Amino acid sequence: MASTSDIRDKLRQKRRAFQESLVRVRDDTQALVSMAMDVNRDSAMEDLAGEEEPAETLRRSLKAQRQRRKKKLLEEMAVEESQTGADEEEMEDGEEEEDVETSAVEEVSEVQSIQQSRGRSETEPETESEAAARSFTRSSRDLPPLPMSRPSSSISESSMRQRMREKLRAARSKAESLLQQEVPVEPASRLQSLRDRDTLTRFDRETEPELRHVPDGDSSEILGKVKFREAVRRVRIDAQREAGIPTGEEAYNFFTFNFDPEPEEEPSKRRKKRRPKSEQAEGGQEEEGEGEGEEEPEEQEREVEREPAREDDEEEEEERDEEAALVRDGEEDLFLIEQSSQDFLEVRKAEYIGYNRRVQRESELLFTPSVRTVPASNKLPDNMQPRYLEEEGLYVGERPVVSLTNENILENRILRQDQATKWFGDDGRIIVLPDPIKESSTRPPLFHVEGDLDPSLQTVYRKAIKSKYAKRYMPGVGDTQGDYQLDVDVAGLIFSHHGLFSREHVLGARLAQLYDQHLSRQHKNLTRLLTDKLSGLRNTIRNMLELHGGQGLSEITQQRIAEYKQEVKITRQMRDAEQEKDRALLKNIVKVWKEIKALREFQRFTNTPFKLYLRREEVDRASDEREHEAEILAEVSELQAESWEDYEKKVTEYKQQNEEWKTWKKKQKAMKKKKKKKQQSQDEEEDEVEEESEEELGEEPTKPDPPEEPDLDAVERQVREKAARIRRKPGEPILVPELTASSNITPNEQCPRAEFGRRQDVLKRSLFVKVLYNDKEVSRTDSRALTADFRVHFGQIFNLKIINWPESIKLQVYETVGSSTTQLAEVFVPVPEPSILTGSATSEQLEFSSNQRVTFNHEGVGSDVPFSFEADGSNRLTLLTSGKLSCCVSWAIGEDDIPLAPPMTHASAGINSGIMQMDAIACIGASGLNDMKKLGKWAAESRLDPNDPNNASIMQLLSVVSGGEVTVPDYFRLEQLQEEFNFLSDEELDRSRRFRLLRLRTQEVAEFRGYKFVPTLEREVSEKVFQDYEKRLRDGEIVDTKEHLDAHRALVAKYLQKVRESVVNRFLIAKHHFLLSDVVLEEEVPTIGGPGAGVLGLNLFKLAEPKRPLKPRRKERKKVTAQNLSDGDIKLLLNIIRAYDIPIRKPQASKPSVASKSTRSVTETFTTGHSSQTAMQGTDWPFNQVLVRPFVEVTFQRTVLQTSTAEGPNPCWNEEILLSFSAPNGDYSTTSLQSVKDEVFINIFDEVVYEISEAERERERGGLYAHVERHWLGCVKIPFSTIYRQSRIDGTFKVEMPPVLLGYTKENHLVSDGGYDIVRNLTEGAFITLFITIEPQLVPGETIREKFDTEEDERVLLASEFFEKDAMQRFPDRPCLTTVIDINGKTVFITRYIRPLNPPQELLDASPNNPQETMELVARYVSLIPSLPDSVSFAGVCDLWSTCNQFLTLLAGDEEEHAVLLCNYFLSMGKKAWLIIGTAIPEGLTAYVLTYEQSRYLIWNPSNGQYYGQYDTFCPLQTIGCLINADNIWFNIQMYDAPMRISFDVTKSKFWKPFFSRAFSYPGLSSVQPEELVYRRTDKAAATELQDRIEKILREKIMEWRPRHPTRWNRYCSSTLRHFLPKLELSGGRDVAEEHRLELQSLLGEYRISGFPLHLPFSEIQPIIEAVYSTGVHKVEMSNVEFALAVYVHPYPNNVLSVRVYLASLIRTR
Amino acid sequence: MASSNPSVFLLMINGQIEGGNFPEYDDLYCKYCFVYGHDWAPTSGLEEGISQITCKSRESHKLIWNFPLDITFKSTNPFGWPQIVVSVYGPDVFANDVVRGYGATHIPFTPGKHTRTIPMFVPESTSRLQKLTSWLMGRRPEFTDPKVVAQGEGREVTRVRSQGFVTLQFNIVTKDLKKLGYDTTPGSSEAPPITGLSGTDQPYTL
Repeated sequence: MASTSDIRDKLRQKRRAFQESLVRVRDDTQALVSMAMDVNRDSAMEDLAGEEEPAETLRRSLKAQRQRRKKKLLEEMAVEESQTGADEEEMEDGEEEEDVETSAVEEVSEVQSIQQSRGRSETEPETESEAAARSFTRSSRDLPPLPMSRPSSSISESSMRQRMREKLRAARSKAESLLQQEVPVEPASRLQSLRDRDTLTRFDRETEPELRHVPDGDSSEILGKVKFREAVRRVRIDAQREAGIPTGEEAYNFFTFNFDPEPEEEPSKRRKKRRPKSEQAEGGQEEEGEGEGEEEPEEQEREVEREPAREDDEEEEEERDEEAALVRDGEEDLFLIEQSSQDFLEVRKAEYIGYNRRVQRESELLFTPSVRTVPASNKLPDNMQPRYLEEEGLYVGERPVVSLTNENILENRILRQDQATKWFGDDGRIIVLPDPIKESSTRPPLFHVEGDLDPSLQTVYRKAIKSKYAKRYMPGVGDTQGDYQLDVDVAGLIFSHHGLFSREHVLGARLAQLYDQHLSRQHKNLTRLLTDKLSGLRNTIRNMLELHGGQGLSEITQQRIAEYKQEVKITRQMRDAEQEKDRALLKNIVKVWKEIKALREFQRFTNTPFKLYLRREEVDRASDEREHEAEILAEVSELQAESWEDYEKKVTEYKQQNEEWKTWKKKQKAMKKKKKKKQQSQDEEEDEVEEESEEELGEEPTKPDPPEEPDLDAVERQVREKAARIRRKPGEPILVPELTASSNITPNEQCPRAEFGRRQDVLKRSLFVKVLYNDKEVSRTDSRALTADFRVHFGQIFNLKIINWPESIKLQVYETVGSSTTQLAEVFVPVPEPSILTGSATSEQLEFSSNQRVTFNHEGVGSDVPFSFEADGSNRLTLLTSGKLSCCVSWAIGEDDIPLAPPMTHASAGINSGIMQMDAIACIGASGLNDMKKLGKWAAESRLDPNDPNNASIMQLLSVVSGGEVTVPDYFRLEQLQEEFNFLSDEELDRSRRFRLLRLRTQEVAEFRGYKFVPTLEREVSEKVFQDYEKRLRDGEIVDTKEHLDAHRALVAKYLQKVRESVVNRFLIAKHHFLLSDVVLEEEVPTIGGPGAGVLGLNLFKLAEPKRPLKPRRKERKKVTAQNLSDGDIKLLLNIIRAYDIPIRKPQASKPSVASKSTRSVTETFTTGHSSQTAMQGTDWPFNQVLVRPFVEVTFQRTVLQTSTAEGPNPCWNEEILLSFSAPNGDYSTTSLQSVKDEVFINIFDEVVYEISEAERERERGGLYAHVERHWLGCVKIPFSTIYRQSRIDGTFKVEMPPVLLGYTKENHLVSDGGYDIVRNLTEGAFITLFITIEPQLVPGETIREKFDTEEDERVLLASEFFEKDAMQRFPDRPCLTTVIDINGKTVFITRYIRPLNPPQELLDASPNNPQETMELVARYVSLIPSLPDSVSFAGVCDLWSTCNQFLTLLAGDEEEHAVLLCNYFLSMGKKAWLIIGTAIPEGLTAYVLTYEQSRYLIWNPSNGQYYGQYDTFCPLQTIGCLINADNIWFNIQMYDAPMRISFDVTKSKFWKPFFSRAFSYPGLSSVQPEELVYRRTDKAAATELQDRIEKILREKIMEWRPRHPTRWNRYCSSTLRHFLPKLELSGGRDVAEEHRLELQSLLGEYRISGFPLHLPFSEIQPIIEAVYSTGVHKVEMSNVEFALAVYVHPYPNNVLSVRVYLASLIRTR
Repeated sequence: MASSNPSVFLLMINGQIEGGNFPEYDDLYCKYCFVYGHDWAPTSGLEEGISQITCKSRESHKLIWNFPLDITFKSTNPFGWPQIVVSVYGPDVFANDVVRGYGATHIPFTPGKHTRTIPMFVPESTSRLQKLTSWLMGRRPEFTDPKVVAQGEGREVTRVRSQGFVTLQFNIVTKDLKKLGYDTTPGSSEAPPITGLSGTDQPYTL
């Protein structure tokens, strides 16, 4: 304490001095005083905190300094480093030694102020902070340190305040505890007293003592856990106290006391505390002095970033202190109580653990790593300075980017572990590999040209080679039979040093080592060898000289002699060196032996058995001397000769140089003269330069000194000296050391305690060796105890049967002490050459060493620990555990003496032959691959021995490279071995029928979808399986014209088929995209209110509603997914309710009428009254006549069911008909159901009963017989797809009736006469009310969810999406359509389809004066184009819209195509027309056309050419969603959507919401339609031909349908009908009935005729046949029935054909 | 000779659904069904079944069903090897029957006795609100078809939560599998193909 206070004083003085100087320098900063006060306070806090960890701050500042240093110049660096180095040492040794240089003080405050300003905030301008920092020092002296809050307090300041608060709290609590300690009764700590109070209030008194223990126990546990921390802390705190750092108490006093009387105390304190940091930081800045100020701002910027983190650390430190203080106080008490409590308790209630305590407990178990930066000191071993490799100029890779927080978390986590420090590198950061990601791609760009593939990239098929060994690195693929075996013989090991060595052992080991060396040297006897060589050389030279007699030496000989001499020289030097070594070795041996002896003497026991004998070999002194002398003389003479030679050489050199010098001198003199003349007027500077240049000139040839003559005596002297040093003195006996282990080891009992401990320890140790082959442990030796002489004998041989090529054989030495095992060392054993076999292999001594640090408290010297032999501890030695492992690895020999070694060839390529075979360069390293030039350079630089077989592959490669032909492939193959896995070629695979079958099934080809039981064996798959499929494929190309009657239609059908296929394929792909709703059944999100399912909203109120059992409610049926259905599960439910306006029988001409009257049966009479009553409105009909007896027959999938018969033109059946449905092929998937083309025919018949004739009655006696005849009246067709899609069809439908029904008439004859009369259509045609549904309800297929390509503007698409969504939200049941998909699968905006297009001219010409008729005609023309629903042709796929010309070419389309065409026609005719998107019965979502004519709106059904007024009740259009014309879309936002109740005025934005409005104007979308439609005239002849064919087919069919009756054809009637048909066509089927009847009058007299014309658009023959069949004309079974059939095909332009079939049955009435 | 040249192989499965471990639930029953490929057909036994409701015992907290399985398949192709799909249901707080877990595993293909413990899971609600309402209404999200869990298609759209374990025990007997070139017994992969096969027929290995 004394020393620190000294320092403090000293510092204070210096600071003051400095401050004064500062004041003097900068007066202008006075204004910032108030600001500085805050800083002052802050910094004071910081000081307190910062003081606690001097070492840490030291490091920090060092770091900072280093950063700064980077900016400085190099020369400064050197100075700095030396200085900082000194500083650092000082710091480490302790603050007591601190010595402050006066010059440094200035810097101190500089740096300090920087740091303070750093601490304040980043936001403040730097200049300000700087100024403030500067002024602070002054102000601190002037003003008392009152805490003042600044309004604009920055973040850091607030944290400061907080910290101060904490500090205060800590101090206060400590003070309290101090007080409490004075009163011994009170609980020790305040914390505990609080707890006690808590328990008292909460629990019973009886349980109180127990309960009280619980918390105590808890806290003690905590104590236990934090103990280690605490210990550290205590040490630290102690250190702090010693260092004069204020404790919490002091701090408390500091803040609570009034410091006024002693204002200087605090700054001085701070100054002192700042001291270490600042001094470090100042480092080399001393020289810079005033200049420092300018640089500061930049530095601050850098520093500021680091500062927050540092603050955090400091904070943490404080917190710990606080804790520690608490814990220490209560420690003893807590432990005591805990021990006494547990014993008496047996049963306890479940214990409630308070939240806080649980948190506390959890905090013991759980560790949440802090995100704060770990101080560098924690991460490094003690007393280590961080070392920055990059600053030492070493290459350090870029670290991968990890966020600081994550790094901190990781570091904190690691620090909790035991061996934390090994994770950190020298620089205190976690060791990481450099960022492996390259910034740029290294993959060469692939310029792939079709067909022009690099030949080396071409795929080649190679048959798989069967190899016995699957491994790639296996030697000798295919040509070996046996396994290979390696024998690893681990003989034993000898330690040359071990931690348990005693000093004597160390020496003994050294001795042994030296002796070994000696022996090996002796064995080699290099000295002898070299001496012989020397004498040999000398002899040679002598001989040569003698031979030539010293003269006439040829050039070559001379050169040779010189060479020899040179060699002699070298050899001599080598020999001398060897001799010297021998001598030194011998001396060393003796010396060590002496040391051992001394040591034994000293310690009074012997540990090692070594004993050295020195054997003297006496020599003959005389001869020895002679030899010696001769040797010396020879050497001397040689040396003399050499030196003479040398001298002579030098002399000649000298002479030459001298000459040069002289000439130069002369030259210079001449030059000087010249220059003097020239440069007289020039100034000094230039003179200087001149002189310099002269000097430079002069430097080159210095005046040479003449060489000294060689001192021959000196040479001799030297030789003799050397000889004395390195050679045995002549006559001296030759000393031969012999080391024996014969000395006795002192037994344990006689050893001192320490030595005894060591020996005991030795006995505890045992060792074993693991054998690792290719880094896998294959076996290990037994554990053997360590012997006293530190030798372990294993003597175990391991036989390794190997399959993989040996890459490494490793032996690991493990030492076991008790139960813990440590790895001592790892020894790599070279893989033996194949020639090394078990018998012949010699054991090898492999040295190993370990850097394990071991210390003992007994005699053992330890390992990696310095120790000394000397008493004073000097001459320290540090030995590492090391030793020799003797082992032997060799190839085994098999039973029949066959070596189990791999063949030579592979081995010769090197160890890693496997790899090298793959790639010659791979064995060098992958980097070589990248740059061949670099490799070449490297090879050249490193002087690879070209002859070394190890380098052969490289050299070969290099030769290729240098040859300029780089064949190294510049591509990369990922699966280069792929083809080896292809066990069959693709062709073979294709040929396999079974495989083909499997593949087709997976592809879901229609024929094979769901194919069961693919046979197991190829031969069981018959070719027949594929017949259908192949046929279909073949048929794809051939157009079958027969079935289609018309070549054009056939082509169209084919085309359609293809489009369909492609779309279906697309759909199949899309089908495998699932939505969540497809997989998971989940309740909808309940909507609050809203229409329908407002579960949370309105429905809650509904719960409160009174139950009204009499008010039935429709329940939603459960939908069934169509996958687990089978035949018969699905039923079609038809409810036929009633019909209106059924045609009534026309009274026959008087005669038949009477006849009918007379034939009236009794039963009929009975019912007549009733029926006539219902038909009261009948005008002029006889009351008692039967008007009509209609019944309904439903035909579906050839199942026919019928209702009972009702009476009258407005019958009411109210009957339910159940039809079972079977899907095609039993496939009930959604797609399959959607593509069902079946239609439900609902036919209305009139049941007519005729009595059989008299004659027959007579024949069949005794009964009343009547013929029941049925007459077809009309039909309603509803496609199954519509029912499936709608799931429910409910409404009144218009019955399709032929315009003429022979024998029937309409009840009402209100024939329209005024064009668009509203009532006109009211009674035309009959109507039937139906309800159709499927039981159970099926989930309709969803439209495809694929996003299609588009060419539309993004803006428009977005708007349309929004528009549709909005519409959907407001009116979910009103269809809204803005974009559609065209036939190419592209999204197209809908308005593009609307464009005025010309209808065929001949239609316009037909009735030029009557626009209404023209319109009707056009509508009829459009309706004549066959309709083919898209959902049928493109199952499951959304609507495809084709353009008008496509439509006309295909001659098939959906409602929308019809509607678009009709709309376009109307537009071109100058009408106002819109497309209506809405729902209709029975089509569902459909398109109609709206026209505005004579202030009235007309709704056209494009599919049948009918039109309706707006207020027509029977208009099938039910809902109108939106209207579309060429420029806009209007969405219906009126309250109602039925056409009758809405206004069609699209200009009213209240009713219609336009798509393009003022906000989003119409961008002028071009139409997708052609400008003009071109029509082909239809060939009339072809039509006639078709007509004949249809007639023929129909005749045949009808005869076919009547297999048991003869079918007679009334030719007369047929021809009459045939004449009549064209007229019907012309008139459009109206207003011809009367005329028609008249014409048939003649026939009617004789026959009872019933018949009708059918009208159909022509697409195929099949629908016509179907339609004829459904009328049931053929079912008349009267024997005398005759038939009449007429077909007329009317050609309209562009191959649109209207087919009319007139069908009649005639019964002769006689 | 039908026996020497078989065209189908048979797989006989005996076993039981031993029990389950559903830590939070009780009174559960389970339902099993088999999912298999096109080339498979059950020849005897029950393809589907619903077990009794079982309660946890006080000690073990395990549900024990011991519900027997017994089915024999015939097949021509190991592709589409049968899987058993187990779904567990039980009442929730409001006694609504809700699903407690789906799980599936392949039938072991080596003959012998096998015990399989399969993890169970249930689909998660798509939103928190739906989670709440489904809890209230007792209509937890379910798979439209439990067989979904035996296939990969469409699973990517679902989010599931794990829910416990079900332990199954199988005793497998196969017939003619080896004769058709499928060797499923471990450790004998070196065995040569059966000589009864004609040379052209490539034995397929699983």
